This record gives sequence, C-alpha cells and structure tokens, in this order.
Amino acid sequence: MFFNLPFIVAALLVILGIITMLIKRNLIKMIMGLSLVEAGVNLLLVSLGYRAGGIAPIFTNAPAGVMVMPTVQAMTLTNIVIGIATTALLLSFVMVIYRMYGTANANKVRKLRG
Amino acid sequence: MMQEIILQNLPALLLAVPMLGAFATPLIGRAGGGARNLWTVAVMLATLAIAIVLTAQVLSSGTVVYTFGAGAADLTVPADSGGIPVRIIFTVDAMGAFMTLSASIVGLGVMLYSLSSASRSTGQNGYYALLLLLVVGILGMVCTGDMFNFFVFLEINSLAGAALVAYRVDKGVAVEGGLKYAVLSTLGGLLVLFAIALLYGQYDALNIAVLASRIQFTPLDQIALVMLLVALAMKAGAVPMHFWTPDAYSMAPSAITALLVVASQASLYGVFRVVFTLYGLTLNYVTIGWIIIILGVLSMFVGVTMAIPQKDVKRLMAYHAVSQTGYMLLGVGVGLAVLGNPQLLDSYGVIAMEGGIFHIINHAMYKGLLFLTAGAIFYRTGTRNLNQLGGLGHSMKWTMVFFIIGALAIAGIPPFNGFASKLMIYESVFLFNPLLAIIAMVVSILTLASFVKVFHSIFMGPRLPEYAEVREAPTPMLIGMGLLSLLVVLFGIFPQEVVDILITPAASALIDQGGYIASVLGGA
Amino acid sequence: MNMSKIVREAANLLFPFILVFGFYIVLHGHLTPGGGFQGGAVIATGFVLLFVAYSYPQITERIGVGALHNTETLGLLLFIVTALIALGFGVTFFTNWMLDIGPILNNPVAFGPNPGDLNTAGVIPVMNIAVGIEVLGALSVIVLYMMSGTKETI
Repeated sequence: MFFNLPFIVAALLVILGIITMLIKRNLIKMIMGLSLVEAGVNLLLVSLGYRAGGIAPIFTNAPAGVMVMPTVQAMTLTNIVIGIATTALLLSFVMVIYRMYGTANANKVRKLRG
Repeated sequence: MMQEIILQNLPALLLAVPMLGAFATPLIGRAGGGARNLWTVAVMLATLAIAIVLTAQVLSSGTVVYTFGAGAADLTVPADSGGIPVRIIFTVDAMGAFMTLSASIVGLGVMLYSLSSASRSTGQNGYYALLLLLVVGILGMVCTGDMFNFFVFLEINSLAGAALVAYRVDKGVAVEGGLKYAVLSTLGGLLVLFAIALLYGQYDALNIAVLASRIQFTPLDQIALVMLLVALAMKAGAVPMHFWTPDAYSMAPSAITALLVVASQASLYGVFRVVFTLYGLTLNYVTIGWIIIILGVLSMFVGVTMAIPQKDVKRLMAYHAVSQTGYMLLGVGVGLAVLGNPQLLDSYGVIAMEGGIFHIINHAMYKGLLFLTAGAIFYRTGTRNLNQLGGLGHSMKWTMVFFIIGALAIAGIPPFNGFASKLMIYESVFLFNPLLAIIAMVVSILTLASFVKVFHSIFMGPRLPEYAEVREAPTPMLIGMGLLSLLVVLFGIFPQEVVDILITPAASALIDQGGYIASVLGGA
Repeated sequence: MNMSKIVREAANLLFPFILVFGFYIVLHGHLTPGGGFQGGAVIATGFVLLFVAYSYPQITERIGVGALHNTETLGLLLFIVTALIALGFGVTFFTNWMLDIGPILNNPVAFGPNPGDLNTAGVIPVMNIAVGIEVLGALSVIVLYMMSGTKETI
C-alpha cells in the first residue's frame, strides 16, 4: 500500500486537474488545472523510476552501489520543458484575450459559436 | 560520398532539414523578405525530395530503421544492452512513408501559397519558422518508432499549430480559437504521456516494436489504450471530441488550415499505429473496431449536418473536414473489426483499409485545396460570409476552377480522387454491413448538396458592385492551389496505380505487426 | 516605473552571482544534475530580476530584444549543426562524434565513483551550452514580451 501511494497521488492530481479545468471559469485557473495534470503525470513518471536501493546515476563523488537507469527522469525533464513552453504560450494567449475582450471569464470569451 | 551520406541518413535528414530551416529562418529574415522566402521554399522542396526518395527506398527495400546516435543506422540493438533497443529509433514503414509523402506535398503547396497570403502581415519570420516546425512535428509523428518521441513530436505539432492558429490576432477571436486548440491538445498530449508511463511501467520499454512484442493487454493496458484513443481521436477531430475543429480551422490563416488538416491526420495515423501495431491482435479487435466504426459514422453524420447551416465558408469546410475524417475511421475500423479473421480480411477488410488510407492522402489534397481557395477569396474580398459573397466567377476564374475540382472531389464525383477512395470504402463496407455503406453514401450526397450551395453563393450571380475591384488571386497562390489540384485530378484518373504503388503496401504494413517488430528487433 | 533604490541595488548585486551560478550549472551539465535547460533557466531568472527591478523602457535600452532573439537562434543553430556534423563522420544523427577525434572533451570517464572531469563526454557539453544559450534567450524574450503587454501600476 505504502509503495502505491505515489501512484494514487498521481492519479488524484490528474483527476483534480481535470475537474479544475471543467468547473473553473477563469482562464488562468483553467491553465492552473492543466499544470496540475502535468504535475500528476510527472509524479507518475518519476515514481515509476524508483528502485529500492538504487542510487542516482551521477558519477561525480557517487557512493558505491547499483545505479538506476534514468530514462523516466529524462522523460520527466522533457515534459517539464514542454510544459513550460505550453504554459507560456497559453498565458500569452490569455493576456491577448484579456486585452482584447476585457475579461478572462470563459463564459464571456465566446465569440466563436455555431 | 555526399550522396551516400544522404542516402544513408534519409529519415534523420527528413526532420533535420526542416528543423534547420526553421531555426535559421529568423536569421535569414534579417537579410530581407525575398531571401527568406527563397530559403523557406528551398527547404520545403528539399524536404519533399527527401520524402520522395525515402518513400522509394521504403517501397523498394522494405521498412527503413534509423537509430539515432549509433555507429550505423541499422544498429538498433546495441551489443551490450541485453537485447533492448535503448536508443531512439525511427521506423519508417510503408504507412509512415506514405504519410510523410502526403504531408510534405501539402507542405510545399502551403509554403508557396503563403508567399502571397502572408505577405501583407507582420512577423513573417516567426510565421515561416513555426510553419516549418509544424511540418517537423507532423513528419516526426509519422516517422518515429518510439512512444515517447511520438509524444514529443505531438507536442511540437500542437504548440506550433496553436501558435499559428492565433497568429493573426483578429481582435482576439483567432487567439480564442488558438487557446481552445492549445488547451485541448495539451490535455490530449498529457493523456498520451500518462498512457506511455503506464506502458513503460509494465514493460520497461518505450520502443513501439519492443512494446508490441511484450504487450499482454492487462487492465492497465486497457486504461492506456482508452487514453491513447481518446487523446488521439480528439486531436484528429473525430466526433464527439470535434468541438475545437471549427474554431481552430476557421480562425487560422487559410494556408495553416490546410496544414492543420494534415496535422490532425498525423494523429489519425497515431490511432492506427497504436491499434494495429502496438496492440495488434492482443486487443479485442471486434469491440475496438466497432468503436472506431461508430466514431467514424458519428463524425461523418454530425460533421455534415453541422456543416449545412454554416454561414462562414471556412467554418463550413471545417465541419466537412470532421465529416471526411469519419470515412477514414470507418474504412480502417472495418479492417480492424475483421483483423482476426483472415478470410474476411482478404475478401473485404484489406480493401476497406486501403480505402480509408487512400482517403487520407486524398483528403489532405482536396481539403487543403478547398481551404486554399477559401483563403484566396478572403484575401481578395476580405470576408468569409457566404451571404455577402457573390458573383466572383466573373473575376476569379482560376480560383473557381480549383474550387470546382476540390468540391467535386470531396463529394466523391468521378473522375476526381475522392471518388476512387470512397468507392473502395462503399464496396467493402457494404459487404461488412450494408447500413454503414448507405450512411456513407447519404453523407456524400449531403456533402455535394452543401458544396453546390457554397459554389452558388460564392461564384454565381451577377458581378456585385462591392467586389468590382476584385482581381484573380496572385500567382504564388495559384501555383500552390494548382499543385494540389493537379494531384487531385491525377489521383482521380489513375487511382489503380496509386493504390498499387502506395496504398497497398501501406495497408499491409499496418496489418503486418510481426514485420514491424522484426524490422527493429531483427527477425525475433 | 522603477522599483525603489534598495531593490535595484540588490538586483545589481545579485545579478552577477546568478549568472555565474547559471553558467556553472550549464558547464557541469554532463557531470552533475542540471544541464542546458536548467542553467539557462537560472540565467534567465537573473534577467527577470533585472526586468522586475527596472522599468520596461530602461531595460530595452540596455538589453535589446533583438539581441535576445539572436542568442536564441544561435543556440538552436549550434545544437542542430553539432548534431548534423556527425553525419560527416559516417555515423548517424546525434552521434557523439567528438569521441573519434582530437583530445578536446575526450578524456575517458573513470568507471564508478570519481571526482568528475570537465574535459569529458564529447558533444554533450557542447549541446548543453547550446541549449543553455537558447533557453536563456527564449525565456527572457517570453518574460520581456509579457511585460510589454502589462500596464505597470507600481
């Protein structure tokens, strides 16, 4: 049970993020929900990489022991980088929308219909 | 020497060339607009040439594998890795090669067209860089043989696409469309990554071939499958996850819309790759096949019924794009539903899949063409509202001809390419389930009706006074549209040749899961 | 508008240290945790500190947006060209081609725990530097553009 905890938390984070995106009407808060989903996915990835007794694969001044394969860590870093790019893009979209429409409320940002 | 290097590194160059092009564009843009335009067109031409040579190589000598960072391209499994491919591997089989070809042809048409259509706006350096990056994303998605790499290219695709949708701010409305597109595709991308994590956690591999050889279809795999299907079907714009399509397609610059069609087809390719190659026979193919068929039928029907009442010509075409995606899902879904039954597969399953796959390239051509004509009309008149347009047949003759070609092709009228692929879908689906074939035909008739209406309201009627000044679209636009319409006509006149050369290998590559695995793991 | 003199002086004081720390992370990317992206992000925070302390016009006078764009492009080109050069050695894209030539960045890595040697790992440090340059340009440009869109109310 204890070792499953990170996976449960990761799933909870993803679900919370999706709920946030669905019920919040402020565009910034929706993007925060998206970041929560991303955090959940990152947590899942990192916890998959945990091996009991393994040490980080950093050769400089490393203690003796078995090193883990850092694939998931690399994946997580890539996802963080992508996440930063996405968040920056989305936030600048919201900025433009706020400047043009005078609101960041998703109910009022609805010029596209039909 | 040089030639040898190029021939050995085709899959890498296919991505490296447009990527280098995209990165250097801002720098060359300093030298002036002309130099930059020349550069981007040259890069796109080179990409198309590489795609053609790569396709020829794949068709003549089978699946091409390319291992990044290795001593040789086919060194997929390092000697000291314990039989696991640890590096990123591109696996270009006939299906992937077919997609690269279709993407780079449309890319070239779009690039030529953009020379005019973007010439009046600011920030063109960024525009061309993003356009090339979008091409990189699409080509990467269809070439890669690695799940995580697929996710990365999916994100490149979504980010560049969303930035381009919002590129013309248009009082914030375009940004609204771009925001919707970006949020949904990011969420989709994260779901894909979640599914990849579930697969990696169980099988300790990211390579599609390795995963396919180990997959068990456990409950976690089923969750992963659902996530992958939902996310990729959403990116492909299938009903009921289609709501972003009309917004993004109608607000993007027309050239970009044509490329976004290809971008969503790359996601469609992702659906097929996941279902056929990754899961293959382990999954419950009848159920999944029927799910895909139902998604397809829903997309066809909802798309076309939503399209008919539209006033905005690009919005209308966007709903038709949803509807046409349904045909591809239907064709390939029928193939999947009979995957486990070799007899039925031979009698109509393969034909249905070929129809669906053939429709991918046909759709990319004629839908791209239609969006480009809509863009040309918008470029000259400044409106997309069907009620305000009229009488343009007098002044924009070539655009009218191209529009007719595209409209007849989408409605499935011979001798254009839409007819060829739709006929294959009708014939085979009729054997599978007559009702589905009848729905497909009804949708086709509704499409024709819708486009007759559009044609009538744009081009027919007397010359309107407010459009007295309207002239023919500029030459680069006409060249871009002409390239696509030439292919539409050629594919329509010689469908059998195209099917034999390109489509049949693609369909059999999708079915041949063992061949895909063997190409990476080496006969195991 | 400027922030108060205390904030500006503190930013001036901190900026070089942040730069040095960022470059340390970039250069040690192949030895310790960190690398191009992380170091570039640290350097960009230094720039962001300056952006916050000074007003937008004052900043754009000193640091041109064009220059930051150039850094970004330079980093990207350096990265892809490094990857492309591998093709000239008859190996595949992204291969560590520096290991086959000369003594630069080419010391053998001691197996197991060791104190670390900067002169190792072939193209990896080069790519880290490329990514670092790219990220510091890109992140600063993003923040600068976002700043230009806000109305300053301090």
